[in-house]
Amino acid sequence: MRHTPSICGFAFAEWLVISLLYTDSVLTDEPAQSLRIEILNEGGFRSDGRRQYELREIAFDSSPQAGADGSARISHGLTEVLVSVFGPREARVRAQTLHDRAAIHVEVNIAPFSTGDRRRRGRGDKRVQELAAMIKATFEPVVQTGLYPRSQIDIFVHVLQQDGGVLPAAINATTVALINAGVPLADYVCAITGGVHAAAPMLDLTALEESDLPHVTVASMPRSGRLTLVSMETRLHVDRFEEILRLAGEAGTVIHTEMHAVVRQRTKGLLDGISTGLRASKPAEDAMVEDE
Amino acid sequence: MSLLGLSGPKLTLKHLSTILLMIISFFPPPSLSSVSRGVTGHPPDMDEGNDDNIYMDGDDDFGAETAKITSPGESITSARAFMRGHGTYVDSDEVIASVAGVIERVNKLITVRALRTRYSPEVGDLVIGRITEVQPRRWKVDANARQDAVLMLSSVNLPGGVQRRKLESDELQMRNFFQEGDLLVAEVQAFFADGAMSLHTRSLKYGKLRNGQLVSVPPILIRRLKSHFCSLPSGVDLILGLNGYIWISKHVRNNEKEGHEGFDAEAVYSNQNDDIDDATRTAIARVSNIIRVLASRSVPITDSIALEAYEWTVEQDVDVKDLLLEDVADALVAAVTKEPSEQW
Repeated sequence: MRHTPSICGFAFAEWLVISLLYTDSVLTDEPAQSLRIEILNEGGFRSDGRRQYELREIAFDSSPQAGADGSARISHGLTEVLVSVFGPREARVRAQTLHDRAAIHVEVNIAPFSTGDRRRRGRGDKRVQELAAMIKATFEPVVQTGLYPRSQIDIFVHVLQQDGGVLPAAINATTVALINAGVPLADYVCAITGGVHAAAPMLDLTALEESDLPHVTVASMPRSGRLTLVSMETRLHVDRFEEILRLAGEAGTVIHTEMHAVVRQRTKGLLDGISTGLRASKPAEDAMVEDE
Repeated sequence: MSLLGLSGPKLTLKHLSTILLMIISFFPPPSLSSVSRGVTGHPPDMDEGNDDNIYMDGDDDFGAETAKITSPGESITSARAFMRGHGTYVDSDEVIASVAGVIERVNKLITVRALRTRYSPEVGDLVIGRITEVQPRRWKVDANARQDAVLMLSSVNLPGGVQRRKLESDELQMRNFFQEGDLLVAEVQAFFADGAMSLHTRSLKYGKLRNGQLVSVPPILIRRLKSHFCSLPSGVDLILGLNGYIWISKHVRNNEKEGHEGFDAEAVYSNQNDDIDDATRTAIARVSNIIRVLASRSVPITDSIALEAYEWTVEQDVDVKDLLLEDVADALVAAVTKEPSEQW
């Protein structure tokens, strides 16, 4: 069920061309400055051919894993993340059960092949643990955990490809996976990164841009306009902060429409099966019921 | 669980740290349509359908034409005129959906039923479960619910008569009755304060399962039937657990189950499978594949549909493993979901 938004018509092709041109220099691990790729050229285009506020293509696959209670795979540009949700179910570690609400447990796994430098990051890696903690903190106020005392909701995040925006992609995929699992949420959570290049704000940074620009990741809830996560790992000028936050909120509503369409389509598909099945089997009561 | 026990969203500021700030209502909720045009040129979402009229009645309406689909954060109706039920919460005088699913209304009560979710038990439901843990005087049973179910030692039939007192020696040999990994069929007896269910197997129909295979389907596909024990003519018994677990086994005649004086503990708690001939094994595999196919197409599973599908596969001479091929599966589903008027 691939849903192709018309976010950037030619951006992907452009990206390929550029990445082919510069593959050699990327692999030699030089600092990005020396690549002579302009982050934003005079015509107002970015290195992959997008405009400042243009998002990359976002596609969701709603049920990649039949064994999970809910799962979703997002491909956001070249970033690809698979999330599976299990639960609410009996807590496996008794010490972690909370008597008044469900515990959310997030585990992140970054595939060694997901990035250029092929580094194995174990579960104990600081970076991986931080990612997991941020996803957990994002969803704790959104998931209605109070309905499931003593239970546990497991969220497994697999990063398959990285090209910037891993955290927002993981958050967006987790939202869809939680909805697919029937876990009650206050709202969708829509996340995006924003950055600044020479006083010009930009949305949805690629890995190249992320390594060069000050950036911030924002997760918003479109209905109420609340933010559940604002994460900054670089220094960003305070005068730019407000504008980026506002832009990220607006981009969140765009992502919300995408997710909403995917969820709706899936719900409708499931419902169609149920209703046709019910119509067919209405009056059939026959003699094969054995006992009672 | 009482309705009052449902609490709203937890928006605690607990996890505030240097990198994580929570800014409440920093920007006002922007209107969807204007923004999506502004940023990417998306068409605004067409049929949101979150206006204030609710035109559904009855508690179990799955008609594709009439059913109203909703998803988290969508406003359903005013909280002044309606009561919120499962799958909803109230925020600023509006009833808002918290799961993706179908809106159902009973008088003033609005609920949203999720189409894929864990089993939510009700007293009297027939469930199939798997023992996960043996604890003092009780077993923990995985029954596809949000917590493991509890099966008390006092709610099982023990050898030596139904009325027998439970002794200390019974507590010491609980693993002789059920041990970890055993499958059983039971009935939901009651709930504990935290919402966990308590099971019982105090009937000859219930107890340990053997001679068969377990298939797991989404719980919403199992409807409440007159009887959840059915036997297909090919020598296969089917137990449809309301929690989405389905047990497919070799047919056992009723009088065999009972033994000599009504209750044969040897047979009831046996871990040994009977001898199963090849024809029965094929039939079991066929039924389990049929159920997998129906579940993958989200078709509700009833005894009559299973029987019809079984007859269709035999009629069409479909090989058991070919059932899982996409085209065969589609043909099977199309055949069993025909309108009843066409068939008889």
